[in-house]
Amino acid sequence: MDNKKVVETAKTAERPYGAGYKLIGKNYTTPDLYAKVTGQAKYAEDFRADGMLFCKLLLSPMPHARVKRIHADEALAMPGVKAILTANDLPAPADTLTDNGTVIKASKWGERGLTNEPVYQGEPILAVAAVDELTAAEAIEKMEIDFEPLPFVTDPLDTLRPGGPNPRTDGNVWTRPTAPGSQGPGAPVVTELKWTKADFSELAKGRLPMGKTPDEWSYGDLDSGFKNAALVLDETFVTPDTSHQTLETRSAMAYWQNGKVYIHTGTQSTAQTLPAIARWLNISPDNVVFISEYTGGGFGSKITGGVSMIIAALLAKKTNTPVMMRISREEETFIGRARPGFQGRMKVGFSKEGRITALDMFVICDNGPYDAVGDAPSSGRIVSLLYQPQAMRWRGVTVLTNTPPRSAQSSPGGLQGIVIIEPIIAKAARKLGVDQVAIRRINCPEGKAPFGPLLQGKQQYATSAFLKEALDRGAEQFRWSERIARSPKRMGSKVRGVGVSLSCYVGGTIGFDGLLVIKPDGRIAFQSGIGNLGTESVMDVHRAGAEVLGVPWEKCDVVWGNTTKSLPFTCVSGGSQTTHAMTRAAYATAMDAKKKLQEIAAKKLGGKPEQYEVANERVFRKGGGAGMTLAQAAKYAIQLGGVYDGHEAPADVHKLTKASVAALAGQGLVAAAKDTYPRDGSTFSYVASFAEVEVDIETGKYYIVDFLASGDVGTVIHPRALGGQMLGRSTLGIGHAIGQKWVFDPHYGQMVSKRFYQSKPPTILDVPVDMQWTALDIPDPETPVGARGVGEPPVAGGCGSILNALSDALGDEIFQRAPVNADTILTSLEAGRPMQHPLMAHI
Amino acid sequence: MTEKTSNDAPKAVSRRNFIKGVITSGVAVSSAGYLFRASTLLHGQQLTGGVGERLITLNVNGQQRRVDVMKQETLASTLRYKLGLTGTKLGCDRAECGSCTVLIDDIPHYSCSVLAHTVRGRKVMTIEGLASADGTLHPVQQGVIDEQGFQCAFCMSGFIMTAVGYLKTNPNPTRRELANGISGCLCRCQDYDKILTALMRGAENSRRSKLG
Repeated sequence: MDNKKVVETAKTAERPYGAGYKLIGKNYTTPDLYAKVTGQAKYAEDFRADGMLFCKLLLSPMPHARVKRIHADEALAMPGVKAILTANDLPAPADTLTDNGTVIKASKWGERGLTNEPVYQGEPILAVAAVDELTAAEAIEKMEIDFEPLPFVTDPLDTLRPGGPNPRTDGNVWTRPTAPGSQGPGAPVVTELKWTKADFSELAKGRLPMGKTPDEWSYGDLDSGFKNAALVLDETFVTPDTSHQTLETRSAMAYWQNGKVYIHTGTQSTAQTLPAIARWLNISPDNVVFISEYTGGGFGSKITGGVSMIIAALLAKKTNTPVMMRISREEETFIGRARPGFQGRMKVGFSKEGRITALDMFVICDNGPYDAVGDAPSSGRIVSLLYQPQAMRWRGVTVLTNTPPRSAQSSPGGLQGIVIIEPIIAKAARKLGVDQVAIRRINCPEGKAPFGPLLQGKQQYATSAFLKEALDRGAEQFRWSERIARSPKRMGSKVRGVGVSLSCYVGGTIGFDGLLVIKPDGRIAFQSGIGNLGTESVMDVHRAGAEVLGVPWEKCDVVWGNTTKSLPFTCVSGGSQTTHAMTRAAYATAMDAKKKLQEIAAKKLGGKPEQYEVANERVFRKGGGAGMTLAQAAKYAIQLGGVYDGHEAPADVHKLTKASVAALAGQGLVAAAKDTYPRDGSTFSYVASFAEVEVDIETGKYYIVDFLASGDVGTVIHPRALGGQMLGRSTLGIGHAIGQKWVFDPHYGQMVSKRFYQSKPPTILDVPVDMQWTALDIPDPETPVGARGVGEPPVAGGCGSILNALSDALGDEIFQRAPVNADTILTSLEAGRPMQHPLMAHI
Repeated sequence: MTEKTSNDAPKAVSRRNFIKGVITSGVAVSSAGYLFRASTLLHGQQLTGGVGERLITLNVNGQQRRVDVMKQETLASTLRYKLGLTGTKLGCDRAECGSCTVLIDDIPHYSCSVLAHTVRGRKVMTIEGLASADGTLHPVQQGVIDEQGFQCAFCMSGFIMTAVGYLKTNPNPTRRELANGISGCLCRCQDYDKILTALMRGAENSRRSKLG
């Protein structure tokens, strides 16, 4: 976007955070930054092993086909070509044994890394290992494959039509039938669902057909809610499919030693990636070593990494040589995951003040060909929490298509649901003559806000919500009333518009373990099983532990990124749960260390443990008197053994943690604990987002003048990292408004948007030079440190505020789908109505 | 295959020259430029055609480095896979993301789009060459430390090298000017605001270190 005439403003001073704390709420330099800034940080593809082979993939040219025969002789005869791996070489998918002993059978529809029945264009069919990449690529070129083309579909609506093609041979939708004799829904299965001709008559009128759905819930009296409404709007909206486009592709390097596989690849989680690898390879977790000190972005696409990593591992086994699989950008587009687009329809009733009296929500989620994504059900729960409708029905269907596989992407379902309803709320406010902030304020969740379906007659509820305060703070800091007084205002061909959007997402889980060692030299080692994906939570959460123990950060070391390094059972880094879950575990572990220090002091110096306190790197008698340094206490812990130095582990920690405690035994005072703190409610974080745009109505181009995200995200742990998440994740959402989408040739099922420039993520020139963020810093009452997660909550607000600012500038009849591009604006302005197809996917 | 391309060593490596350079090498144009071939890994086996390597000398981070390169080999490949300088990252393979940016005679270039043999006689600087021999960070690196710039940092070396090059032409930029200067780099964590703050601090550090 050009034509920028922005008044340069200085960065506003950061608010002071962390009152009463030494470490929590303070900025610091994370211990991984020096390696990053000097180029020494090693990402997966930076590793080299002696004699390493290279592998290349053969990707399916067809969206759905059956491999009849592979002619590999010529390729395999080439000098330097060492091995081929096909789907026939893959281990059988392993069942999952959960921690409470339940066996989850492996899904027969699951993704396995290579296939003899490709279900999307770009799906890997085979891999070749050779002495170098060029040879491997030449071998791939020499492969000949006989395919039998199968029916395919790229738009969910096409497969739901009567007689429409199925993306999988046995169906087109994911359903969760209740198993006989069981309470809740069972494992998802693929079944066939076709809507009627009558259902599809809606499509001709530009409205989303609403046929039968496998999933539905409701609460309240929908009919009377609509009857008593002052305004009822019934709108459709389409959200884009967007690739995660992590800058580091999912390259992997693997080798075997003494029956153990060593895998280098970038993933979001460390401790929890190990069992995933073991499951994919169908081997014992004891035989897996996983190394990932640095990960070049995940955003939900690498929660435990991709199944494709086993290709390198299996080729390494077959050749008994290390194998590097470098994934190119184009390959990443196919195998690298994406957010599912939604085709959505909502009927919303409003009182004359703007309160939502009834909400009827209907969504179709484009799942891609593999495992069921949870975006559709998630969208209903998030919308019900964020806008607190007095009555609500949600219906959804997760439809398979022959397009690249989806996975969670920052705010899965949250973004789609919020982006469908936000333009409707903006439109309602204009029709009712209510201020945009006021209409959101009146619908805001507050306190233990209820949400979602009725379970045994009751809704679930949030731990807390201070979104009204965040909205008010944001409106003030954004100078909302001042801006609306002059907006929309036209100057020449330029029109300004302002928009506000609410946003929220899950902000934490509970029940994980922490582990630390106070070493005899007085230093503390925090064992971190969190992945280093750029959020800094891998380091940040341990500041809460250091705070409890009163130890300066300079005396603390964080151990991370390698499963041989004795890591505790840790949450996956996804769903914005880490900061919440792992500050709880860090707090519990520090309390365990404190208790052990007091006991050691009492044993050595007399008195009772509670007569001792821990501060200033010492444990000493309250009110003065005898004491010892942490270094001395660590030496005593080793002498005492048992629970003090890790020879005994707490009974309630996970078996992974127990193994790590045993490995660390004797190294100092070993503290380990499970987070058993109570929590009343489900944890969410909330954001109010504000944007001003300027549109050139002669060219259709627009740019973002200003942006602010105001967060209710609990206690602030690390302000700079928090600011990075608030604005970074907002910008990921903004990408969905200003240009990112998939485009397919539906006739051949071929993807057109394969590279960055064809589905361009925002660049630094697409956002204001001085974006703003603020956070309330109100502790969540249901967690010891008060911290909640923040990765996902800002995402939908970024997209929603831009869309609402655009409709403020241009009116309600310009777009019915995101993203909104220059051509959308120009053609629709000329015609006076939305000119893009309202419901077709991937245009 | 002609000698011409390698002998010319053009002063500015244009896209056209890059493509020409690849075409004259006579190997698969679409992919060969970013595929890696290391002759040392062939274990004495016969190669499959005229993919010759030639020993050349490159000036990288102030050192003369002797290295075997193919005609169609990109500078990024040489740096990463033959000289072990993996701080230079490949994010897109073809001039879209800027992660592979290095300085060639003080000017930022996408090293994925420069042929290694064309930079003979020129000074190549990578992220590994920025800090002083005694470990003192370059003022721009220090700015990133000061402001906790970047998240996953896969894009970081590209941004830092671009900023270092840009600041040589405009040592005292506004945020807008610096944003324009580094706009050839893509950060997928979308941490642009904090990156800009960090690199502005880097600019300030650079000015201060020159005064001192």
